[in-house]
Amino acid sequence: MPFQPVVLVTDALLFVLLGLIVGAVWRARRSPPMRRAWRDVGRSRSGMASATILVAFLGIGVADSLHYRPLLESAGGTKSSVYSAEVLSALDAALTPLRVRVERTYSAPLATRSFAKETIESESGAIARDYPRLQFAGAQLADPDRDRDQDVRNRLLRGIGLGLGAAVLTCLGLGTFLGRGQEGGCASGWWAILSGRTTVRWRAALITVLGLGAVIGGLAALAPVYHVFGTDKVGQDVLYLTLKSVRTALVIGTLTTLVLLPVALALGVLAGYLGGWVDDLIQYVYTVLNSIPGVLLIAAAVLMMQGLIDRHPEWFSTAAERADARLLALCCILGLTSWTGLARLLRGEALKLRELEYVQAARAFGVGTPRILLRHILPNVMHIVLIAVVMDFSSLVLAEAVLSYVGIGVDPNTISFGTMINAARMELAREPMVWWSLGSAFVFMFTLVLSANLFADAVRDAFDPRRG
Amino acid sequence: MLAYIFRRLFYAIPILIGVNLLTFALFFVVNTPDDMARMQLGVKRVTPEAIERWKVERGYDKPLFFNAAAMGVGQLTQTVFFDKSLRMFALEFGRSDDGRDIGNEIRTRMGPSLAIAVPTFLLGLYVTVSLALFLVLFRATALDVWGVVGCVMLMSISGLFYIIGGQWLVSKVWHLVPISGYTSGLDGFRFLILPVVISVVASIGANTRWYRTLFLEEISKDYVRTARAKGLSETTVLFRHVLRNAMIPILTGVVVVIPLLFMGSLLVESFFGIPGLGSYTIDAINAQDFAIVRAMVFIGSVLYILGLLLTDISYTWVDPRVRLG
Repeated sequence: MPFQPVVLVTDALLFVLLGLIVGAVWRARRSPPMRRAWRDVGRSRSGMASATILVAFLGIGVADSLHYRPLLESAGGTKSSVYSAEVLSALDAALTPLRVRVERTYSAPLATRSFAKETIESESGAIARDYPRLQFAGAQLADPDRDRDQDVRNRLLRGIGLGLGAAVLTCLGLGTFLGRGQEGGCASGWWAILSGRTTVRWRAALITVLGLGAVIGGLAALAPVYHVFGTDKVGQDVLYLTLKSVRTALVIGTLTTLVLLPVALALGVLAGYLGGWVDDLIQYVYTVLNSIPGVLLIAAAVLMMQGLIDRHPEWFSTAAERADARLLALCCILGLTSWTGLARLLRGEALKLRELEYVQAARAFGVGTPRILLRHILPNVMHIVLIAVVMDFSSLVLAEAVLSYVGIGVDPNTISFGTMINAARMELAREPMVWWSLGSAFVFMFTLVLSANLFADAVRDAFDPRRG
Repeated sequence: MLAYIFRRLFYAIPILIGVNLLTFALFFVVNTPDDMARMQLGVKRVTPEAIERWKVERGYDKPLFFNAAAMGVGQLTQTVFFDKSLRMFALEFGRSDDGRDIGNEIRTRMGPSLAIAVPTFLLGLYVTVSLALFLVLFRATALDVWGVVGCVMLMSISGLFYIIGGQWLVSKVWHLVPISGYTSGLDGFRFLILPVVISVVASIGANTRWYRTLFLEEISKDYVRTARAKGLSETTVLFRHVLRNAMIPILTGVVVVIPLLFMGSLLVESFFGIPGLGSYTIDAINAQDFAIVRAMVFIGSVLYILGLLLTDISYTWVDPRVRLG
């Protein structure tokens, strides 16, 4: 085999989560109230547009979660295949040109020359101070100072054109698929989508697909020959770093809730339904956790976890595994400190539900407590869980950046928005300023968090019974 | 009222003991004092004698929970748990790993933290509540819609970018105020203005939106319709009736953070080089100085519990129906 698949723990959990989502969608399709609620989500234009962008981010994250170790060039005819210690992902493979073309140091976006002057010895032996040409960016140009703008423009136009074309094809496929059930055939279905008369705002989603197509096309056309967002201190392509950061953000935003969910559900529902000393005990536990300022509790737990991991290097066979363990531990810690809010909401809801007639009736029929909890209470608190999950996502993504800045976040070798910002902060003091890594981290993070916020609003409006 | 306060303070004791046990478990059971010594001394100088000396100097050489070698009460008091954790109830925080008195540090650093946190808190509350009232006044118009859109956008920006962007724009491009630093007294004003403004701006998005929903919930109630039916103007309705009745949910979120203002802000203080408790905490985290982190955790939870108590008391001020007993 040319490669050896590697499944990191967070990969596995991410796929479990995807499986859960697919399962939930499958169930929701068969339950009329759920279908109605989700149709309400689809009725929000911003909800549809942001969902489309989130799907694109999810695609990047999933591609970056298919890890493998490439086969090393076998030296001297050895029979056994040796795999590299470096763990790569499918995204890395797709972005190979970005990953391997590492310049010496900073270069500005789309630049063909280095950011700083260096002493260059020309072929004739004369020594001059000038901006040296970059090793990779714009290497295809004979005279970059003259030809670059023209070349960039051509590639950009072609890329956007191709991207838009691909997006139009996707839209055509999607629209035909959606319109197939319409009476009056495909054409009337199409017309309904285009004029925005469908219940679910497909038009907003399709317009977003077009926009995404143009952006991706433009980037894809320029990225192989230029550093679209420049390079960082050690010459790595900033676009590559930003794309890699997406997975970290997604993992933190989703897995944290995944690990905290069972705890919060069990404790919250038990406290509310059983009452008595169970309630007292659980309330005591979460008051204690709540009364410690969040950052400090996280700091304490992370410092402890770092010490533990540092003392046991034998637990991990590759650096990627160790970084991954730290990422997962960070998720667990964030989850541990933030389950209290959800548990309190669930407790209140369970307290309310246990007095309702259908639960009383079940109890009168002699249904056991575990069964009542599973069949009657749990399904009826799920909307709270869903709202909490989508609402927490954006704040967790933001928290990761802050924690990594404080030095209690992800492993310093893990590429994340936090580590990028942290590294870029030092560069701001330079004159002239190195703004591009900060800028691209900002743009991507803002897009991700904004679409998560908008989607969360749509979901909350649809599922929260208190909002009409 | 007084009886209620005392009872609440009494309830706080088990919670604080819980906090202490938890931090103790995190810092001493998972990472034993030996590990701490090894980490602090670095790889090169680790010898059993050096570790032992380090532990004796800092009082970590005793047993964790139970000292079998001591007599009587000493079996419980001559332990690390008693020395390092329970003594905090008497506000004795001991010394940090670099040998300074933590209690003293905290007292001197409280001033700068408050100098940032109090203006930020007051100005932030004023600005966001006014903006929210403004949006509610123009509810269901284009202004309201775009205001909410703006809020969502503002709250999607990481706090780090507010600070970095503000520092760059105001200090580096416009050269209005120094980029970072601190002096006490009136002269410190020019150092404080930028961090305060940035913190306020960073809080606008989320808070304005939150207050707006509070006001909107209130505005659909019957008494508001009655007030309008009496012929009151919309502004009178908003400021005299809605604002006062929305006080309870506002206070719930606001009063609890007042005591925590002492702790300062980690990010702002470290970016602007303000020698407050926030930057103290960050430095301690980076230096892995557990004694300081433990002290800050304890103080933080005391202040939080105080905040909850203050919240309950403040309800009686704004709502005469609430009686504590």
